[in-house]
Amino acid sequence: MNRIDHLFQNREQPVLSVYFTAGYPGRDDTREIILSLDAAGADMLEIGIPFSDPVADGPVIQDSSAIALRNGMSIGLLFRQLQGIRDETAIPLVLMGYVNPVLQYGMERFCADAKAAGIDGLIIPDLPVREYALHYKDIVEASGLHMIFLVTPATPADRLQEIDRLSRGFIYLVTAAGTTGGALSGSDEQQAYFEHIGRSGLTQPLVAGFGISNKQDFNRVCQYTRGAIVGSAFIRMLGAANTDLRGNIAEFVQAFR
Amino acid sequence: MQYTVDEYGYYGRFGGAFVPEILQANIAALKAAFRRYKDDPAFCAEFEQLLKDYVGRPSPLYRAQRLSDFYKTNIYLKREDLNHTGAHKINNTIGQILLAKRMGKTHVIAETGAGQHGVATATVCALMDIRCTVFMGATDIERQRPNVERMQLLGAAVEAVHSGSKTLKDAANEAIRYWIAHPADTHYIIGSVIGPDPYPEMVTHFQQVISREMRAQLKEKTGSELPAAVIACVGGGSNAAGAFYHFLDDADVALIAVEAAGRGISSGETAATIATGTEGIIHGSRTLLMQTADGQIVEPYSISAGLDYPGIGPLHAHLHISGRARFLAATDGQALDAAFRLMQLEGIIPALESAHALAALDQLSFGSQDHIVLCLSGRGDKDLAAYHTAAAERSAAAAFAYQHFSL
Ligand SMILES: Cc1ncc(COP(=O)(O)O)c(C=O)c1O
Repeated sequence: MNRIDHLFQNREQPVLSVYFTAGYPGRDDTREIILSLDAAGADMLEIGIPFSDPVADGPVIQDSSAIALRNGMSIGLLFRQLQGIRDETAIPLVLMGYVNPVLQYGMERFCADAKAAGIDGLIIPDLPVREYALHYKDIVEASGLHMIFLVTPATPADRLQEIDRLSRGFIYLVTAAGTTGGALSGSDEQQAYFEHIGRSGLTQPLVAGFGISNKQDFNRVCQYTRGAIVGSAFIRMLGAANTDLRGNIAEFVQAFR
Repeated sequence: MQYTVDEYGYYGRFGGAFVPEILQANIAALKAAFRRYKDDPAFCAEFEQLLKDYVGRPSPLYRAQRLSDFYKTNIYLKREDLNHTGAHKINNTIGQILLAKRMGKTHVIAETGAGQHGVATATVCALMDIRCTVFMGATDIERQRPNVERMQLLGAAVEAVHSGSKTLKDAANEAIRYWIAHPADTHYIIGSVIGPDPYPEMVTHFQQVISREMRAQLKEKTGSELPAAVIACVGGGSNAAGAFYHFLDDADVALIAVEAAGRGISSGETAATIATGTEGIIHGSRTLLMQTADGQIVEPYSISAGLDYPGIGPLHAHLHISGRARFLAATDGQALDAAFRLMQLEGIIPALESAHALAALDQLSFGSQDHIVLCLSGRGDKDLAAYHTAAAERSAAAAFAYQHFSL
């Protein structure tokens, strides 16, 4: 069974998912960050593939991507870093990256290598559902990877159902119109949006992301979802972390529990 | 027609709409509005009226006699440089502002490189009393000061972009990010035939007036609507799209697009996308772009800020792959040579972008009976500093050569 499905079938508490950019802060920190997050009690991880032009990201993830690229990070290197990771952890791993680097690597090769490296799911925010269904769905599904799509406050009802049909594992609920790294408004409008999505009869679990930076945010969105993703707040912490990466990560994760 | 766009915004295999989910509803609404109004009589009448009385269209088709004598052929310049604000960019911004108004948008954003599109956007926003924000790379703000001041005088807010290489592509990234955060009230006026569907089709539509006029003017001046060749520079490709559009199905008309080679196609400092690019996705469109083997977008370079873009509109990628258009490249130096020649022979100071189209005349040969149309996309007011520097360097080099070699 895909580890993402296993997680949502077995975990009753809200799922804490943490995003980090591969190759940041140091090129070879990937493994250490994964294992520390697992040890600290995170439930799922999203590994960001750095891109030169990340239009859906705010300044924090933009900067981490630029530094990761300067460090020499690439998809090929990431797969090498992940070799053997499944001997050490069973935490669900999702790759999140922009479509252009993935297409240059080759979708078929990308899925095969990701699967071999122990990856469970993919998020490609600038790959629209129509293109996916036409050209890539068969490749991704044949590999056994789960493709995860995003829903937003601007997603109309018919698209919502299409996204539910095409997504596997979970659906990424974007909390508000904006790039990553904003703040959770907690407005009535936002609450109405969460309730609306919750009532839409979606079959896949919902996991909220964008703007979740502390326990209060986390608890608030998890009233409506099965879990939430923390990204920019974690990257900010990594940027300020001292040499005890493992200790810093444990402390960060604990603060959400 | 094999060169028109399909229902999903594809020209052959290029195009599409690779944007994050949050923008899908916006571009769907824009596409619906464009479909609804593009042939709407009231919309078209307002558009045509503004092009005539405000922009000053039709722009003249000028037979450049001394330039023709120099190249021993017949050269006609399509004078987009004489438009209000000094370039073809205004045709598109007029069309898009009329759409934005009908869509009830209260805020317009734009990206700009040279500042020509930013000025054209600030201009129509002032005209229509709509709030305007222009994103511009910090590097370009430094090298195109006069246009920054123009935009500010026209009431636009100019946002300096400090991400990435701080030039045109980063300005577009930042405009997209702003749009993601403000999808409801904001319209994004993209300045070229790039970006997600429907932009390439829509911007082409608002620029096709260029070749519509060319045909009529050629008929009047030469007796035939069809020239031997049409030449235009390409950054994203909007003036070229406009200049080619009504000739696409006339196979005997050679379509010649000129990219910026910067310091040379193989120098690593170039903006020649067709010459050095590969297939991929940039700013929401599948097209040819300059990228590394890992799919990271490469920083382009050209002396011309308006051609300093690592992608190209999907229409042009298709015209290249299908062989319908021929793509040439001109270096900084070749463009400067051509610009100085036009100044001396015709008394016209071209934009550095347009100078790249002029440089193609040195790479091609035409018969004495051929009629050649060249799209002079803009005027060189914004480039005086660059021309001044180049002229000073040239006269210093000439003086040096004179002292050392002519004795
Ligand atoms: C005068 C002029 N010509 C050409 C261009 C290049 O744009 P496009 O390729 O879309 O015509 C620009 C862009 O700023 C410009 O200002």
